[in-house]
Amino acid sequence: MTEAIVEPEILEPIIARFNGDPGNLLQILIEAQNALDWLSPATQGFIARSLDLPVTRVAKVVQFYTHLYDTPRGKYRVLFSHNITDRMAGSPALMAHMLKRLKLKRGVVSEDGLVSVGKTSCTGMCDQGPAILVNNRAITKLTLRRIDEICDLIRAKAPLANWPAHYFRVEDNIERADMLLGSAYAPGEALRAAIACGPTGMMAEMRKSNLRGRGGAGFTTAVKWEACRDAPGDERYIVCNADEGEPGTFKDRVLLQSFSERVFEGMAIAGYVTGARKGLVYLRGEYTYLRAPLEAKLSEMRRNRLLGMSICGVPGFDFDIVIHMGAGAYVCGEETALIESLEGKPGHPRIRPPFPVTCGYKNKPTVVNNVETLCKVTEVALHGGLAYAGTGTRQSAGTKIISVSGDVERPGLYEYPFGVRVSQVLEDAGAYDAIAVQISGAAGQCLTPQEFGRRIAFEDVPTSGSFMVFGNNRDLFEAALNYAHFFEHESCGFCTPCRVGSALVARIMEKIHSGHGARYEFNELTRISQLMSTSSHCGLGSAATNALQDIMKKFPTAFDRRLIKRDFEPGFDLDAALARAREVSARDDANAHLDAHLAEGADA
Amino acid sequence: MNMRPPMKKLKVATASLSGCFGCHMSLLDIDERLLELAKLVDFDKSPITDIKECGPCDIALIEGAVCNSENVHVLRELRKNCKMLVAVGACAITGGLPAQRNRFDVGDILERCYCDMPGAQTRVPDDPELPLLLDKVYPLNEIVRVDYFIPGCPPSGDALWKYLTDLISGRMPRLDYQSFRFD
Repeated sequence: MTEAIVEPEILEPIIARFNGDPGNLLQILIEAQNALDWLSPATQGFIARSLDLPVTRVAKVVQFYTHLYDTPRGKYRVLFSHNITDRMAGSPALMAHMLKRLKLKRGVVSEDGLVSVGKTSCTGMCDQGPAILVNNRAITKLTLRRIDEICDLIRAKAPLANWPAHYFRVEDNIERADMLLGSAYAPGEALRAAIACGPTGMMAEMRKSNLRGRGGAGFTTAVKWEACRDAPGDERYIVCNADEGEPGTFKDRVLLQSFSERVFEGMAIAGYVTGARKGLVYLRGEYTYLRAPLEAKLSEMRRNRLLGMSICGVPGFDFDIVIHMGAGAYVCGEETALIESLEGKPGHPRIRPPFPVTCGYKNKPTVVNNVETLCKVTEVALHGGLAYAGTGTRQSAGTKIISVSGDVERPGLYEYPFGVRVSQVLEDAGAYDAIAVQISGAAGQCLTPQEFGRRIAFEDVPTSGSFMVFGNNRDLFEAALNYAHFFEHESCGFCTPCRVGSALVARIMEKIHSGHGARYEFNELTRISQLMSTSSHCGLGSAATNALQDIMKKFPTAFDRRLIKRDFEPGFDLDAALARAREVSARDDANAHLDAHLAEGADA
Repeated sequence: MNMRPPMKKLKVATASLSGCFGCHMSLLDIDERLLELAKLVDFDKSPITDIKECGPCDIALIEGAVCNSENVHVLRELRKNCKMLVAVGACAITGGLPAQRNRFDVGDILERCYCDMPGAQTRVPDDPELPLLLDKVYPLNEIVRVDYFIPGCPPSGDALWKYLTDLISGRMPRLDYQSFRFD
């Protein structure tokens, strides 16, 4: 706590830039931290006073978001992506190496206050991992050599801007392109096509297209838009959900990197149809590097009259977009939590109903669409609803972008019409020895080779796009343990079943991992899973043990070989638990020790 | 409650580890139903009978957390001899109030109490008769397998009665929400 002094000359311009609006609290805190490296109590107090908020409100937000720090974390804050694909690519060894080189412990700041090294949830670089974030800038394709170079740069205190540019290069890796990724596109084309249809005509096309949301739930987009359009309210909002936090998903990153005008035009079309005049993009903090290019794209579109007042010369068609940043919270991908976050609050999911379409951002009718869904809107505008409905399957129209990672020869994006078989994706990506595919991320399902004939579509295997492949040398227990830690970390803490349940699951998994788990613990996992899935407040809790349950059912040996035959044993060394008391009382008599187990045959 | 007496009287053991005896007080709180309970069960090792060694039992009701080596021995003895082991009350289920010390190092606590306090001795007692403190206070289910948990601080007499009578008459014990709602 050395720097308890406030820097008004740094904070005041930031607060002014956000109009001193308490609704922008999260954005102000993110910028303040970018400038000051952490948010000291003095900084939080200054911001609270300037926004006329209680300091507890500010502290609550700081404590909720993983990437906001209320203790110093150093000038360089290194976070290793902890997703299973990064781990499979070797990130634990790389992290150990870096800690050794910097003579650090994980999560502890170096004595000179220069650097800290920690872990974070999936950073969306699964096709080019192992990846890290340094002060929220992504560095991909790490090797031991690159870690050494980074350690040298940190020690030399080189500013991040002067680090070699190729560290920060993020590849698109588009391996199979179809309707969206493969077609030529002229800026403004889709928007003009929508305007030619008129708002009602465009809505009719949307209905005909049967376009369904690409975030995972698959709600019909036209129904959402209609509900928002028809809801009473003086203002409406279009929100683009770019909080792509599902482990193993990275399609939105590529869409925002290389297809952003299509995303923004999709938003403008949504505005045109529903009568919304303002759009918000909620960009996850891990994709901070995309912010500047996206802002540049927005300016370019404004110059070309594709955004702003009277778009394409149509009087009354006013629509503009602002970008809001996230700060490391998976739950903010849930639409109501995302809206809370947009309003500058902790991202706790709201109780539904009312749904966002009637009562969303600032309690106004709001459409929340996934990045990919909004790109699809431009396809519908260009080719018409019927043409769009012509591809894919009956209930899942169009194409789907799949983010393939893990044990494959060619990780990257694969766009297929809905209905593609899992085996087809595996073959195209070069996965020859897969024993399992985790579909739709840590909250999705785990498929065995017997199920590789199943089809990716809402009728069969729905997905948000994550497709993590496990080769035959992989231990699925490790994956399940990884998901358990993921959900324990990402549970927002609002409801007890999820907050406590996810922690219990993680502890039990650790106990089994350490070789102390019995059948009893295995059964407890099932019991807690059922409780979490039926009584959690939102989808995070209810889906948190999907993959675990799948792996327990389909890969029983991954668990069985770790379970002890005894009825029960403690997960820790009981005798060692007496060591400290023995030490201070200077005892070592027989009564000062405990056997590790009950006498043999004792347990009924 | 009208109940057919079981064929054979069940044996019940009870113990208070690191607890306040509040849960035992709750058991006494079933009032005149104690007489009915006495017709249905025999008490083995229990503060009620003052029997020291536990024989073969059907049910063990245990309150309090596991805080020292003696607690571990008692808990293991009951687990070994009882068919069904029940964690009764907050301390047994979660560590409860005694677990407040888990934030501190147990060595520091002992030295503070025995050496640093005004008028204290100069060293931590080393009598082999004394049970040693564990590094942390543990709930029962981290030391042995637990079959049932009855929540509450303490659980009400009615909850204990409902649980015992369910079990004695061979039903799956069920506590409705009202019986462990405390606000």
